[in-house]
Amino acid sequence: MLVIRSDLAAEIVAHARRDHPDEACGVIAGPEGSDRPERIIPMANAERSPTFYRFDSAEQLRVWREMDAADEVPVVIYHSHTATEAYPSRTDIGLAAEPDAHYVLVSTREQGTDELRSYRIIDGVVTEEPVEVIESYMFAHTGVDDVPDQG
Amino acid sequence: MAVTVSIPTILRTHTGGEKSVPAEGATVSEVIENLDAKHGGIKARLVTDGSLHRFVNVYVNDEDVRFAGGLQAPVADGDTVTILPAVAGGA
Repeated sequence: MLVIRSDLAAEIVAHARRDHPDEACGVIAGPEGSDRPERIIPMANAERSPTFYRFDSAEQLRVWREMDAADEVPVVIYHSHTATEAYPSRTDIGLAAEPDAHYVLVSTREQGTDELRSYRIIDGVVTEEPVEVIESYMFAHTGVDDVPDQG
Repeated sequence: MAVTVSIPTILRTHTGGEKSVPAEGATVSEVIENLDAKHGGIKARLVTDGSLHRFVNVYVNDEDVRFAGGLQAPVADGDTVTILPAVAGGA
């Protein structure tokens, strides 16, 4: 299950709407081992395409190093589909390379309807998972540690 | 040339969970050969038909080797070689 703060879910959707009709993509970092998405980083889609996305390689290196230095991991990797449902495509599945991440997809194909869904993609196998959108992680048990988080 | 190679999560099964490992070589290609000798199977995850897999990013320090000679990109003593699978997909 993905537990995600409502402001972060809203930011994913806003980014997807902003970049429509191109696919939008980004990452939400969180403390290693927490499974708690906290810091959203909208990424450039180097492909600038309605049917494909790829993180810019220089930006990805910079962001991954920042996460490493802060003991963070990519808890969520998100992208949008602009003409199809929010389900991983064959390409998405074939290229998924973060076995610990929640792959979040948003579909912007319909105005006014935001479809946000989450998946695990491991060794080519897709498993959809429930998404719980909450106001604050303060009282939610989202990870292995029971220490309440700020915010 | 002794370099440090930063290993992405998905390839750490080859390095016993290590995030970074030492390797030797004068080019990216030699570094990958050296890695493969110590951590069998890793080369096949990076190289297809003699060139770098399209969706694997390899950097020497801050530079994506795709723009610096690919597998023939030179490495110097003390360099850091970072392997990152591209984050990509398509509808």
